[in-house]
Amino acid sequence: MSEKKQQSEDELLEKVTSTEYKYGFTTDIESDTIPKGLSEDVVRIISSKKNEPQWMLDYRLKAYAAWLEMEEPEWANVSYTKPNYQDVIYYSAPKQKPVLDSLDDLDPEMKKMFDKLGISIDEQNKLANVAVDIVMDSVSVATSFKEKLGDLGIIFCSISDAIQDHPKLVQKYLGSVVPARDNFFSALNAAVFSDGSFCYIPKGVKCPMELSTYFRINEAGTGQFERTLLIADEGSQVSYLEGCTAPMRDENQLHAAVVELIAMDDADIKYSTVQNWYPGNAEGVGGVFNFVTKRGICYKNAKISWTQVETGSAVTWKYPSCILKGDNSIGEFFSVAVTNNLQQADTGTKMIHLGKNTKSTIIAKGISAGKSNGNYRGLVKISKGATGSRNFSQCDSLLMGDKCGSHTFPYIEVKNNSSKVEHEATTSKIGEDQIFYCNQRGIGTEAAIALIVNGYCKDVLNQLPMEFAVEAQKLLEISLEGSVG
Amino acid sequence: MLKINNLKAGIEDNQILKGINLEIKAGEVHAIMGPNGSGKSTLASVIAGKEEYEVEGGEIDFEGADLLDLTPEERAHKGVFLSFQYPVEIPGISVSNFIKTSINERRKAAGLEPMPAKELLKKLKEKMELLSIDKGYLSRNMNEGFSGGEKKRNEIFQMAMLEPKLSILDETDSGLDIDALRIVANGVNKLRSEDNATIVITHYQRLLDYIIPDFVHVLYKGRIVKSGGKELALELEEKGYDWITKEADKKWA
Repeated sequence: MSEKKQQSEDELLEKVTSTEYKYGFTTDIESDTIPKGLSEDVVRIISSKKNEPQWMLDYRLKAYAAWLEMEEPEWANVSYTKPNYQDVIYYSAPKQKPVLDSLDDLDPEMKKMFDKLGISIDEQNKLANVAVDIVMDSVSVATSFKEKLGDLGIIFCSISDAIQDHPKLVQKYLGSVVPARDNFFSALNAAVFSDGSFCYIPKGVKCPMELSTYFRINEAGTGQFERTLLIADEGSQVSYLEGCTAPMRDENQLHAAVVELIAMDDADIKYSTVQNWYPGNAEGVGGVFNFVTKRGICYKNAKISWTQVETGSAVTWKYPSCILKGDNSIGEFFSVAVTNNLQQADTGTKMIHLGKNTKSTIIAKGISAGKSNGNYRGLVKISKGATGSRNFSQCDSLLMGDKCGSHTFPYIEVKNNSSKVEHEATTSKIGEDQIFYCNQRGIGTEAAIALIVNGYCKDVLNQLPMEFAVEAQKLLEISLEGSVG
Repeated sequence: MLKINNLKAGIEDNQILKGINLEIKAGEVHAIMGPNGSGKSTLASVIAGKEEYEVEGGEIDFEGADLLDLTPEERAHKGVFLSFQYPVEIPGISVSNFIKTSINERRKAAGLEPMPAKELLKKLKEKMELLSIDKGYLSRNMNEGFSGGEKKRNEIFQMAMLEPKLSILDETDSGLDIDALRIVANGVNKLRSEDNATIVITHYQRLLDYIIPDFVHVLYKGRIVKSGGKELALELEEKGYDWITKEADKKWA
């Protein structure tokens, strides 16, 4: 490589590190916050602030007791300074009327924030036909389309409301897929979760619109512990969207969410995520720790499809999984994970085949730039009874520059001999020849990278609902601005 | 249109072009011939702005601007087009999407709005007819799984869509059978006009039976050692390069 070439590459690579997080700002809204730290008392305060019934408090206390016995896991291929759990605020709610009759009543400051993010609630209501349940910090502040969904018997509300209004459903299913003691972070979440979303689709109902939630961390030093519970009853169908952005912070913020999906016989759940938590600055300071447990269970002939576009967070630890319990059930995982600067990600999926003739598909695309480190970790487990099952996995990595890393850790266990597992993996670099070819056609280097990356991610982006795909594409471009290999 | 003055360029410490002088006017077709390793493809790459080549001296004046001051995309915006000898694959990006991006990036640079979809479709259809390309081709991914002939035809299709002022065809005939060659050459001929110019880089005289040049230049060891009319190509076909190279070796020894 000539000196000039090297120099220009260095310049471009340096530009990557100078690209600042575009969603870094805070909104000035008064918050109702409890002091830092975690104790049994804090768990009780959270529960009482939310007027929870005794069974819920008991659930939390049991989880807290379990958490005290557990140790933070270290097996992921990431390194970070463990958070001090006594230095986190476990509850923060914006001080304003939590549920609005209409979106016009929204705090003007908050409205401004949504505008900066490019989310126009009004437009979404009118144009996109999306029911938006906005979670800002920990309490839902606006819920729309509730009535329309209500007519079909669909329940879509905050988990706090569900605990009050639909206790039987919550009590039956909460923790049924991700038990509190499943892991360190799920136990923590079960003890202190402040809010999240709840959704129930009745038998045979096809949800007529995409259900969508936007998450945001807003209080400095606030840990966010979201809890999502989605139940699709027999023969029902739903597509659920989850999108996240977080403002710039200097201290690391902890995000330990739990998502549970239940797909009863013949039900179909599509769960899409665009994740853009603050990744920290170029020196790796700040940024969100994203330690998430997402899992779904499929009964007979049911299908769960996870699609995720992950561009944010300083450290990501996340494995959306499917337990294919019922015969002929299907699990899918489509993922694009981007790491830049000093970001670290250890993400993938688990497909647990229990029922006969179950099928799973995994398409994971990793993109690493800067000095980042991206890992795919996946488990495909086909049990003895899961005869005639199939899995197809494809894990691709794309590297930009020579300072980043990418690793693939596929674990495969097959306990019967009538099943079939296929695994493909590739690693590639964006070629200088590809970029020059685009340049020669008048396409600048930034646009060329966006184009090449979009082509690379096409199989995954195609899985996203239309309006989400556009947002995801924009996010990919922002995340990779200036990165050249 | 294009005036190259004493251009010297190379890769790392190896000087390949040792003082090229060439002038091309609108409406002209120039053929550049020469034995392997004489610097033909390097010249094409340097005009297009490929970064790995180091320019050590000289100017490339293109309609009053020195191309050497411009990035490759800026040169493209000004109307310089290179038909690649080895077109690259861009997986997941369809031919139509790529061409759309290409056209709109150029329009953006000129302060224009993106081309309306209807206009773009019309143009695509028109140029596809011109080059006998069938419909399904637009949704295929850029050069992915293309045969040699398809790749070259894709280059000429882009040229037709972008309507450049100066087209450089780098060994467009290599790897083509006679039918594919005829289709590609026909396309190039149909695109010829009073306002644009073409540089045809080729090793063989064969392509020049179809694309008739106004001038023929012989490039040898980084210099243009002989220039003439179209009859020079025929003479080379008959006599080979030896008689020219021997003379040149004596002169530059």
